[in-house]
Amino acid sequence: MSGLTRPALYSDAIRERWRRPRFRGELPGATATAEDVNPLCGDRVRMQLKVDDGRVSAARFAGDSCAICTASADVVAELIEGRSRVEAAAVGAGDVLSVLQADVRPTRMRCVTLPISVLAKALA
Amino acid sequence: MTLDRARDGAATTLDAQTRRDFPILDRTVNGRRLVYLDSAASSQKPRAVIEAMARYYETSHANVHRSIHTLGEEATELYEIARERVQRFIGAAGREEIVFTRGTTDAISIVAEAIGRTLKAGDEILVTDMEHHSNLVPWQVAVRDRGAKIRSVPLIGEGTLDLAAADRLLTDRTRVFAFAHVSNVLGTINPVAELVARARRMGALTLVDGAQAVPHLPLDMFALGCDFYAFSAHKMLGPTGLGVLYGRRPVLEALEPARGGSEMIKEVWVDRATWNDLPWRLEPGTPPIAETVGLTAAIEYLEKLGMERVREHEQALAVHTVELLSAIPGVRVFGPRRERGAVVSFAIDGWHPHDVAAALDAEGIAVRAGHHCAQPLMRWCGVVGTSRASFSVYNSLEEAALLAHAVASLGGAP
Repeated sequence: MSGLTRPALYSDAIRERWRRPRFRGELPGATATAEDVNPLCGDRVRMQLKVDDGRVSAARFAGDSCAICTASADVVAELIEGRSRVEAAAVGAGDVLSVLQADVRPTRMRCVTLPISVLAKALA
Repeated sequence: MTLDRARDGAATTLDAQTRRDFPILDRTVNGRRLVYLDSAASSQKPRAVIEAMARYYETSHANVHRSIHTLGEEATELYEIARERVQRFIGAAGREEIVFTRGTTDAISIVAEAIGRTLKAGDEILVTDMEHHSNLVPWQVAVRDRGAKIRSVPLIGEGTLDLAAADRLLTDRTRVFAFAHVSNVLGTINPVAELVARARRMGALTLVDGAQAVPHLPLDMFALGCDFYAFSAHKMLGPTGLGVLYGRRPVLEALEPARGGSEMIKEVWVDRATWNDLPWRLEPGTPPIAETVGLTAAIEYLEKLGMERVREHEQALAVHTVELLSAIPGVRVFGPRRERGAVVSFAIDGWHPHDVAAALDAEGIAVRAGHHCAQPLMRWCGVVGTSRASFSVYNSLEEAALLAHAVASLGGAP
């Protein structure tokens, strides 16, 4: 049961984005902000967007969340930056999972989808 | 030392004696032998409980109370035997003080709904900052639109109730003081009899959430003195879907039912009805019958072990786990160090509790992670959630050591 022999708990992409998220932080001048919690665990994610002329010019997230949820939020922010509002709204769990290169068990899918539902609120 | 005492005394023999009675503990999870440390959420079931329920369905099932045939009589007898077993197990004065419910939440709601109808502007319900959502939200619903308020006793130190604040908050406006016997997160054991005495001086009723106490402590309702006491079968080796509301007879008598249906009536007209006697008055509809048969078997199982011995075993496990986890760098353990119930909550630097639970599951160790339905308490702890190991009669010191070893080898981050 040593740490050396145990396979990694999550994919490299999830671990990397948990340890060093690229899109975590405040977004000064945000034009849209939304926040929600996962009722199962109390995790909280906030997304801030800057939308100019129907295009998401910047996205940041903040919150208290697990590795999967944090990595998902980071990927969501990355995927929508530079995209049109319509393109951003079309981002789904499949897109996030393919970037994270991970199979996520059903009990943890809410961790993946929370940032996506927060994004939908921010775009609404 | 706790560990030494545990090794020399009854504690090591209890799990050795019980373990083979729980078939599920033979299974593996992710290639490892299951280490089940989530009994505070729901305990596993001994074969005696599983077989008693199967036998009931195979031989005696019918609806209770109004079936004038052999099976109906047998089912009714088993249902009422369960009530007597519960009465004896918790030291209630009479069987009419034992109301079967769907669970702890349901038991609390029955009281909150009934008292809610009588609340007036200015009335107060007193809770505490360590309550499970089940002992908060029913009261929030009860005070809604009635001009009544909820107040809460804060915590001090390692997570015990601020008794001086409780004295200030208990006033002649307090209608009910509702509090946990044992915290499902901190393991804090509250001084029930003392709190009840203080509440009674102010004329307040008391409701005790005993979900985390009944499976683990010897209980005597007479000694505790509370007006209501609520608990679930599934946390005490029994089946899901069944709970108990104990109520002191005069208090139950005064409780106007907020829920109607069959079984709870004497006579019905289209626009009115008269109520049945206690306890059936508070049990509308067909109850969970097989589940009460399972509860009888669970109580008999616990009584055979002896609740003093159960208490000693689980206290030793919890305190030992606190010691092991506290010694690991970056691990923070919540709650009282020594005198505690059978739960140990902890947080690990760099790790979210969900990721801890997932990593431990990979080792076959089942712990709970999250807010444990106690979000106000999480705010007091300053965390979103915790990981929680909890114990029952089948857990061993070896399992506590496996947990500590797995936690120690997690590393700095997922």
